[in-house]
Amino acid sequence: MPNRVRQSPDDATARPRVGLLVTCLVDLFRPAVGFAAVRLLEDAGCVVDVPAVQTCCGQPAYNGGDSGNARAIAKRTIEAFEPFDYVVAPSGSCAGMLREHYPRLFPTGAGWHGRAQALAERTHELVSFLADVLGVREVAARFEADATYHDSCSGLREMGVRGQPRRLLASVGGLTVAEMRDSDACCGFGGTFCVKYPEISTRLVDEKCAKILATGAGVLLGGDLGCLMNIAGRLARESHPVRVFHVAEVLAGTAGRGIGERGR
Amino acid sequence: MSIARERILASVRRSLRRAGPLPESVREVLDRRLDAPAPNLKPALDDDPVSHFVHKADAVHARISRVSTLAEVSGVVLRHIEEHGLGESIVAAPGLEGVQWSNRLAVERRAARGSDQISVTGAFAGIAETGSVMLLSGPESPTTLNFLPEDHVVVLRESRIVPHLEDAWAMLREERGSMPRTVNLICGPSKTGDVELVILEGAHGPRRLHVIVVRE
Amino acid sequence: MKSAAHDFPSRARAGLQNPDLVRAMARARTGFIDKRRAAVDALPEYPQLRRIAREIKEHTLQHLDYYLERFEARVREHGGHVHWASTPAEAQAIVLDVCRAAGAKRITKGKSMVGEEIALNEALEAAGFEPIETDLGEYIIQLANEPPSHIIAPAIHKTRDQIADLFHARHAQYGLHERRTEPTALVGEARTVLREKFQTADVGITGANFLVAETGSSVIVTNEGNGDLTNTLPRVHVVTAGIEKVVPTLEDMSTILRVLARNATGQEASAYTTLSSGPRRAGDLDGPGEYHVVLLDNGRSQMLGNEFHEMLRCIRCGACMNHCPVYHAVGGHAYGWVYVGPMGSVLTPLMVGLDEARDLPNACTLNGRCREVCPMEIPLSDMIRKLREREFDERLTPPRTRLGLRAWAFAARRPALYRFVTSLAMRVLGLLGRRRGRLRRLPLAGGWTGTRDLPAPAGETFMAAWAKRRVEKR
Ligand code: SF4
Repeated sequence: MPNRVRQSPDDATARPRVGLLVTCLVDLFRPAVGFAAVRLLEDAGCVVDVPAVQTCCGQPAYNGGDSGNARAIAKRTIEAFEPFDYVVAPSGSCAGMLREHYPRLFPTGAGWHGRAQALAERTHELVSFLADVLGVREVAARFEADATYHDSCSGLREMGVRGQPRRLLASVGGLTVAEMRDSDACCGFGGTFCVKYPEISTRLVDEKCAKILATGAGVLLGGDLGCLMNIAGRLARESHPVRVFHVAEVLAGTAGRGIGERGR
Repeated sequence: MSIARERILASVRRSLRRAGPLPESVREVLDRRLDAPAPNLKPALDDDPVSHFVHKADAVHARISRVSTLAEVSGVVLRHIEEHGLGESIVAAPGLEGVQWSNRLAVERRAARGSDQISVTGAFAGIAETGSVMLLSGPESPTTLNFLPEDHVVVLRESRIVPHLEDAWAMLREERGSMPRTVNLICGPSKTGDVELVILEGAHGPRRLHVIVVRE
Repeated sequence: MKSAAHDFPSRARAGLQNPDLVRAMARARTGFIDKRRAAVDALPEYPQLRRIAREIKEHTLQHLDYYLERFEARVREHGGHVHWASTPAEAQAIVLDVCRAAGAKRITKGKSMVGEEIALNEALEAAGFEPIETDLGEYIIQLANEPPSHIIAPAIHKTRDQIADLFHARHAQYGLHERRTEPTALVGEARTVLREKFQTADVGITGANFLVAETGSSVIVTNEGNGDLTNTLPRVHVVTAGIEKVVPTLEDMSTILRVLARNATGQEASAYTTLSSGPRRAGDLDGPGEYHVVLLDNGRSQMLGNEFHEMLRCIRCGACMNHCPVYHAVGGHAYGWVYVGPMGSVLTPLMVGLDEARDLPNACTLNGRCREVCPMEIPLSDMIRKLREREFDERLTPPRTRLGLRAWAFAARRPALYRFVTSLAMRVLGLLGRRRGRLRRLPLAGGWTGTRDLPAPAGETFMAAWAKRRVEKR
């Protein structure tokens, strides 16, 4: 891929070492997002590794009130990612878990608190990391589509992701992005919320779908696979032909099969 | 003193991790904060106070009339009555002085009654920031006049218009020393949004608020 | 008011299926959100004011005993009475005593969330008094015999037709026989009926948005003017307020007023801000002869010392519910008690018990929009999460959920096991969904697949594919 912005010289020792927090949903459901993330990071000059001991950031336990298990999982994750310069996740929600919530799991003053805090400061959501830390201004990808962008709640409110994906998407050849109304309204995923309160969740995702459809866009993009699976699943059930991708796939130029689409 | 009082205060102190009342030194600091209250941040106004007041009061649908002297108040009230088809008997605040009432008007000076159509009262201050008038209760200015009549006319001198609410508090402390039973800050006519969030004026209080700003 | 919070699931379902509610909530969503946004954006100093307002509340809470005592002393100096109530029952008893001593019959009421919290109307009626809500929204729901569904717009769930029916049925006794549906006509009709009530009431009961320690004033902020007719015309004025309502000075109140009106209704200032300090003074021609303030604790003093203390900064503006997608979907009645939306999901479990209200903190996507708009920067999502923690610790979480969480966490803490189980599961799911790319039905996942397809996994997990890539690269 030509024309990628490189921050560091090719000297491997000077290149930022990034530990990719794949996130459990990407790991299990859509590895393509993980590979897109690796590609974007490598193209921007990072050395990327994926610690093998990672499983999940622990949100289901944390948000389910089980702080004991959340703490245990957090410790594992902290250990796994401590050697890296940065932790990057293709998800505002998981990055937010590390950045905002890991430190709170441990009492201030305790050794683990300090370690959590230190890791939190090096943790980023993928697209904002590319834009804000690495200074990537454009990508070389092409993607012919009229799209709209959903702001996932944690990315927006915990990680400050809003303008970065839109700016990078603006450099994708062939792509236009139209804003939907209330792009910052919750899609109704909410982790286990969507299965604990399916009727409420469905109402929320219906409202989201209506706003997506109102833009006339043929493609929905977003930065969190949980939200995207929720929206894609509802759009498919209601037979709306909107294609859904993670923003990393489009930026990396690897968007092929949309979420929930059959193999081609 | 009630048991509940002691129970609640004890519980508050327990929560604040204190065995008893605040130590004297801290109390003194807090006493000073209360005895010499200082304004917090006052938002900047982009206009002189009088123009700002007029602009803001107008925005909340108060009717504004600007006159040079108190002598003109009677005429404004008469026109208001004609325009809205009200009777010619009005209730004026007993303390409203210096207005020469037209002899077409039957003026009573008292508290309001349910059947009153229009009252005329004097404002203690006008708040430019919000376009509100401040009225104080007292033998000279019964509070019911501000709420019971269908129409409420307030006489406000320009010299009493201050930029912010904080300035009016300072004036109140200086001129009155203590709080009257009621201080009313009134910003536009009575309104409600309780039927399908449609904003309608004239809910329970006056349907129209007319502020006569007097220059002299 | 008796809590029905345990009924959240069925009440939420009823709300979701009520077409009138859906329309009402759609109206509320755009109305409140857009107006607030415009009002906040028009004030450049808003961020600083918000920070100062928060600091004022925090400072007051840290010295709450001092400010309450100062407030009490000032009220006494004015010739008023201050009563303290630990529980709703105590508060009810105090108000009833005051009403009895006044020989009251008819009692007008201004809107008060504390009045709802202590179920004052029920208590007054049971004791033979005639309480009349005078805020139009409260009046409507009193006629309908329903609880409020919003803290500042209590009848937001009612359509004009429903209000017309109510008035038609209930106003015939006043000689008003025509069924009218125009909002202006409805407002006019209520005005006519309530006028007479205002003038014949013996006691007027209001809430308070602030209690000012400096001056011993109780403050109400309203738009209709009903609160003023309530606190001026009857012989006795009773104020019911939570102990957290106190602020140090008039200046402090002025700062909070600026953020309150904008967040509540999108106004720069409400129509009426009224300070009442004691009974009528010698020589006054009107105003109540007696003035009572009932200070209610009801768990607040304990919240002060625990991880929920920030909730005491709440100024009851309603912005959190106005921005809550779950509230919009289910409506206020689903919450089953006085407080609704995000602030209700925190307060209700704390006030009526977590076992009674365990659904409320769970029925939240933790999207954080409420916290983003809350003028007092109350970390509502964090508190909701803390309540879930408490629920888990107290073993109130349903056994199935608990077991599921445990099993998942057991694996998540053991990467090798996790890898083994998940790659197997994903391979199966991948095969099942290969033809369509998604699954329409899946055992044990009805919560998802009831209304949504499940995008099928690729089959091979990222971690497996990555391991291969590493081997290839070497
Ligand atoms: S929690 Fe915040 S937003 Fe909600 S009512 Fe209270 S102050 Fe307003």
